Amino acid sequence: MCLGIPGQVVEISDREKKLGIVDISGVKRQVNLACVAQGEDLSPLLGQWVLVHVGFAMNVIDPEEAARTIELLRELGEAQAELESMQKSGARP
Amino acid sequence: MKYVDEFRNPKGGKGILADIERLVAKTGRTAKNPLKVMEICGGHTHAIFKFGLQSMLPEALELVHGPGCPVCVLPVGRVDDALSLAVRPNVIFASFGDAIRVPGSKGSLLEAKAEGADVRTVYSPSDALELARQNPNQKVIFFGLGFETTVPSTALTVLEAARDGVDNFLVFSNHITIVPTLRALLDSDGLHLDGFVGPGHVSMVIGVRPYDFVAAEYKKPFVVSGFEPLDVLQSVRMLLAQIVDGRATVENQYRRLVKDDGNRVALEAIQEVFEPRATFEWRGLGSIEHSGLQLRAAYARFDAEAHFKVPSVSVPDPGVCECGDVLKGAIKPWECKVFGTACTPETPIGACMVSSEGACAAHYNYGRLNPSSRLRTVS
Ligand code: SF4
Repeated sequence: MCLGIPGQVVEISDREKKLGIVDISGVKRQVNLACVAQGEDLSPLLGQWVLVHVGFAMNVIDPEEAARTIELLRELGEAQAELESMQKSGARP
Repeated sequence: MKYVDEFRNPKGGKGILADIERLVAKTGRTAKNPLKVMEICGGHTHAIFKFGLQSMLPEALELVHGPGCPVCVLPVGRVDDALSLAVRPNVIFASFGDAIRVPGSKGSLLEAKAEGADVRTVYSPSDALELARQNPNQKVIFFGLGFETTVPSTALTVLEAARDGVDNFLVFSNHITIVPTLRALLDSDGLHLDGFVGPGHVSMVIGVRPYDFVAAEYKKPFVVSGFEPLDVLQSVRMLLAQIVDGRATVENQYRRLVKDDGNRVALEAIQEVFEPRATFEWRGLGSIEHSGLQLRAAYARFDAEAHFKVPSVSVPDPGVCECGDVLKGAIKPWECKVFGTACTPETPIGACMVSSEGACAAHYNYGRLNPSSRLRTVS
């Protein structure tokens, strides 16, 4: 819960609600981008890596940081748990 | 990926470890009277155990594990309150996975679910809001848990519910904040901490300025740290350098992610939706003033506690469980009598054994890496 998981923004799905589709280690889910949006235009976020906490992107990170963090979460056994709970969770985009 | 290995490999930390040894020697502290550095974030606790960092450090330097695991610090009474909500008719109770296994005095949410309560595991508060949209005739109660890393997500979800008029969405808030907690730890007798490894992702939200009081008022060094093993070691080195110089300042080792001012949007959302409770009870630490968050009056229609009466009684931990002392850093997990025998991650007696961020679970899973513990080997 404390550690975020990195993902790449692959689509802006709802500009008004600031939602995007983020690819998190192969699992695509809707993520709230409000905290990382610079102004109203979300398109600069496309392709960027973000750190996702419980479905909300809390920071933009560089690809190297993303790779290291994914590796760390794998070693801690957290990546699998997060991805599973993401897949099992009620809502889908 | 080579850089990953280099960054992760403890050998890459040799220079840092040598510095740490040199600095610790300068303080003149010994294994009998060690320097004590506390990490307050459960993510750090998990990483420290996983990578066996304590065993790499000089004996005169002890890492003390703080109450940074939100699931672990949830007191039995609040788990009972959650249960009382979950068993109500016409209620869907939505919780993060970890929290449904925490034992209350009358069992866990998972057991309530087995007996017919509609308890759902969600990954995100936005999934709980979606459940509310799909089930307009039921109340969906989201079990809000966590420090400032998860508070913004609950706040933004409440704002969305308000905007879209999803009035069957409710929050049972058990959110907590880091600063009053730190103050309570600093004020508690008998801990004698020499410095803090500060939380990385909480600080991403709140920034580093809120910690200034730790240095200014309590004269303790504070270093906000990343989660890589080398991040933690670097942060420890920065703390030691301060101690040796007789300085106490707030430093930021995790500059690559943490900005001094935090995240403005997240902070504004928290501010809009939440306000501090007069007091909030913690497992092991007792009641801490202003440490819990409740929904503001303007959002009371989304507040589960405003809708339904919860028993709200303080219930002591089960007699054998010493979670409280583990959370305060007063005893090590393996010093608890039932650790690894009656209490395991499969059959947790206390909350510290439930979450992977809890010190008991981390110790159980990775104890083999720590030669100082008399632990079974788990592979
Ligand atoms: S080992 Fe179990 S019973 Fe003992 S302190 Fe830890 S969680 Fe509590």
